[in-house]
Amino acid sequence: MKFLVLALLVLLLPLVAHEGYLLNVLVFVGIHSILALALNLLLGYAGQISLGHAGFFGLGAYISGILTATYSLNPWLAMVIAAAAVTLLAFAVGFPILKLKGHYLAMATLGLGIIIYIVFNEAVDQTGGPSGLSGIPNLSIGAYSFDSDMRNYYLIWTFALVAIGLSLNLVHSRIGRALRAIHDSEVAARVIGVNARLLKVQIFALSAALSAVAGSLYAHTMTFVAPASFGFNFSVELVTMVIIGGLASIYGSLLGAALLTVLPELLRAFQDYDIIIYGLLLILMTMFLPGGLAKGLPQAASYLKTKFGKGSSADA
Amino acid sequence: MLEVRELTQRFGGITALEDVSFNARKGDITGVIGPNGAGKTTLFNIITGIYSQTSGSVHLQGEDISRVPAEMLAARGLVRTFQNIELFGNMSVLENVMLGLHTRSSSGIFSCMTKMPWHLKEERNIRQQAFEWLEFSGITDLAGQKAANLPFGKGRLLEIARAMAVNPSIMLMDEPAAGLNNSETRMLAALIRKIRDTGVTVVMVEHDMELVMDICDRILVLNLGRMLAEGTPREIQENPAVVAAYLGEG
Repeated sequence: MKFLVLALLVLLLPLVAHEGYLLNVLVFVGIHSILALALNLLLGYAGQISLGHAGFFGLGAYISGILTATYSLNPWLAMVIAAAAVTLLAFAVGFPILKLKGHYLAMATLGLGIIIYIVFNEAVDQTGGPSGLSGIPNLSIGAYSFDSDMRNYYLIWTFALVAIGLSLNLVHSRIGRALRAIHDSEVAARVIGVNARLLKVQIFALSAALSAVAGSLYAHTMTFVAPASFGFNFSVELVTMVIIGGLASIYGSLLGAALLTVLPELLRAFQDYDIIIYGLLLILMTMFLPGGLAKGLPQAASYLKTKFGKGSSADA
Repeated sequence: MLEVRELTQRFGGITALEDVSFNARKGDITGVIGPNGAGKTTLFNIITGIYSQTSGSVHLQGEDISRVPAEMLAARGLVRTFQNIELFGNMSVLENVMLGLHTRSSSGIFSCMTKMPWHLKEERNIRQQAFEWLEFSGITDLAGQKAANLPFGKGRLLEIARAMAVNPSIMLMDEPAAGLNNSETRMLAALIRKIRDTGVTVVMVEHDMELVMDICDRILVLNLGRMLAEGTPREIQENPAVVAAYLGEG
């Protein structure tokens, strides 16, 4: 039901927001939603932190970009190769680093993200270094090229909706239960036969692969990539989206991504003070909505209802 | 069924277990008793693969399981419950039991994400069997509750239902009566007998002597990491060394 409402919203939103700038913001909300969703599977459901997800996002973007712009590969094929390569990398890295817990895992994934970021900057021959890589082609189906904001909007939100649907299925299955079990009590999960180590690595890989797909979409939509988009700051921003939206909430990821994408745009009116207001809002939200928007909004609504009586509940 | 051979466990300079050997026979309820610090929980943690022993070995149905990691033991038919109850607190009672069926289902990430027909069929089976085990423990009416909200006694019953859902051949219970009142303990005794009657071998660490003497077929006594005695409840009650250890004499 929620999913249908969302799909309808996605379909109809361009009727209101058909202007280039707004549409562009919505494209970013879509990309960020896929990323927040990917990270939430790992952070919210399996309870494992990653401060390196911007790296996987960047790898998806760069692999897609280089294979198409430099080696003229088909963009769809490039996207598949990027996802496969990042999956392999995540498996290779995941087995050793997911043995770590808490702060140590945060440090290890942070290190991974930084290494990837350095490669983007230093492998100038392939990546173009700090000045970036341009000339990446748009995705296309036959002669139909996704070369306008409107077309990209529908392309990216199709991917986002599919990702949301698949994730919803996953978290309501035996795998999803096992993930939440690891989160609640790893020792109990192990003694009833949940292979926590393997499952964590698998989810890490799935999460990385999904981030890489978002990266490919980003590259083919923007037709230009530069390292600055994939740094440590962005990894932290992704974690913030997940936490603000609501840990272990699929729709929460969407809310978090939307808020953190739209808010900076709205705050532009405050010019130089925008970053202060942005920070304050985030602090207040974590203080007063500890379960994130996904849990906090319904709570806030029912609070307002009881406080102001039934009469004004429509306004709440 | 479960055979422990010459097990020794040292943590740094401290010897928690020394040269412990015993055999839990198929279909028996075996009790492990001893004063605090005797090494009972350490013994369980080694058998269930949570610690690795310093020396000695553990055999399940003739197979050496000494180095088998904890998550692989459930599939071999060995489960345990915990002294302080380890539930999945944020999940429903039903979901907790459904997790017990994890090793008896096999859908991977991709069939779960894409809702393949075999996965949906498996999900229905899991749900149905989970309800059967809730009924076994007598907590069907709590199915939809969040596990963290259960009172302690009900939590214990849930933990047992979840363990039974694994379809074990042997269940290790670490102080199942701890924290239970008298009537809950009586219900627990009946439930443990019911578990034994389904063909599951039970090994339990327990402080409640009345319960141990009532339901155990054989008893192993540990003291300061060593075996003090082994025998039927009557033999143990009459063993002077055991009496001395418990009363603090000699």
